[in-house]
Amino acid sequence: MKSYAYFPGCSQTKANRAYDVSSRSVAAALGVELRELDDWNCCGASAYLSIDDNKALALSARNLALAEKTSDELVTVCSGCYLVLHKTNKILAGKPRVRERIDHALEAADLSYHGGVKVRHFLDVLVNDIGRERIEEAVTRPLEGLKVAAYYGCQLSRPYGEIDDPEFPVSMDFLARWLGGEPTPFPYRAKCCGGTSMTTSPEVGASLTGKILDSAISGGADCIITACPLCQLTLEAYQKKVSRQMGKKLSIPVLYFTQLMGNAFGLTEKELLLKDSLTAVPALLS
Amino acid sequence: MATISTKELTREFLDGIYDHPDGEKVNQCLQCGTCTASCPTSEVMDWSPRQIFAAVRAEMLDRVLGSNTDWYCVSCYSCTVRCPASIPITDVMYLLKNQGIKHNLMPRGTRGAKLSKAFCKIVSKGGRSAEFGLMMKYYFSTNPFAALGNLGFAMKMLGKGRLSLGSEKIKDVKGLRKMLEALEEISA
Repeated sequence: MKSYAYFPGCSQTKANRAYDVSSRSVAAALGVELRELDDWNCCGASAYLSIDDNKALALSARNLALAEKTSDELVTVCSGCYLVLHKTNKILAGKPRVRERIDHALEAADLSYHGGVKVRHFLDVLVNDIGRERIEEAVTRPLEGLKVAAYYGCQLSRPYGEIDDPEFPVSMDFLARWLGGEPTPFPYRAKCCGGTSMTTSPEVGASLTGKILDSAISGGADCIITACPLCQLTLEAYQKKVSRQMGKKLSIPVLYFTQLMGNAFGLTEKELLLKDSLTAVPALLS
Repeated sequence: MATISTKELTREFLDGIYDHPDGEKVNQCLQCGTCTASCPTSEVMDWSPRQIFAAVRAEMLDRVLGSNTDWYCVSCYSCTVRCPASIPITDVMYLLKNQGIKHNLMPRGTRGAKLSKAFCKIVSKGGRSAEFGLMMKYYFSTNPFAALGNLGFAMKMLGKGRLSLGSEKIKDVKGLRKMLEALEEISA
């Protein structure tokens, strides 16, 4: 059994717990072990980077240092956490001056990090480590042509483009097909969801969200799947508000790609928490 | 008011961006405007991303920091992946936010800064973020009445069991705080 250290991320503890629960369930169904990193902290996400990028890097490095005690790979389901942790690795490896500062900070917490942890997104693990054959074998309830708009957002493939194309990612489209679904044309698949602006400049945020929902619905999709908790919450929670602002009804079920996978694997409600959704996900998959 | 000269601001900025991979590329901006064209929010920015690099060159960063530009950056990295000079533009935006906060050079009432500050406070205290506490802190520092507009949403999330009213704490909060204090000592 392949085993990875697992970083759930703050969003997954409550508001987006369905992403955490469904990811663990899908992993178990595929014989993958996700071991939750002991005493993990906030990744240093964009809001922290905005205030003090050194402290944000230290927060991120603390997680890498904890992971290095037991593993050489750290898997996360959140695209924001994925990017910050991954970026920290790159900065520490390439900039000795920063490294010195961060080493000093870690030392104050009796920790050290030697650059030995590779940060992975769970989507990358599923598509590239587990692969098509094993995923297709696990399907017991194929999606039977369900039309799926795969939404990638920003921080999964940008800026590094290491796990998918930065402009036109496709890995979740393949995944949807392996589950028996039909990926739909979706030009706005990797545009910003507006999530970071939704609280501070709601009109700006809503106009970005509107373009994504409109693009998915115009492509004929029955649902949108996401690989990021902020994208998920933004696309599911503001559909009414966005519809009002755009003067157009924009209503579509939005779910985590792991929930769609689990459903095709025949997993139960308890394992997928479909009822946590703010959109008509349970009806879609019943 | 700024207590730092615009020349010093530019020096501090360059020093900071050189700590990022490809940071030195800021000096190679072609002024092509691909960043501005790729930006989903450039139309609401006082200065476009392209103009920032012109301002760095002209040592006019004080004007950029006094604008809303960096606070409208959504961190989508579209500019970064398209820049023909490989400038890490999104990192530049973060750095400008850091400087704006440090020297208090932001437009009055910048909401992005208030949200980020509230986030940092919570994370620095317990090691993890908590949505409810974050929103309460944010709305009390901006417009408490706006919180009422989101009451319906909060109730819906609560009903689904998706809203935690408490805060999350890691076990080694002490170590985490020592770590952050060590960085404060270096920068002081």
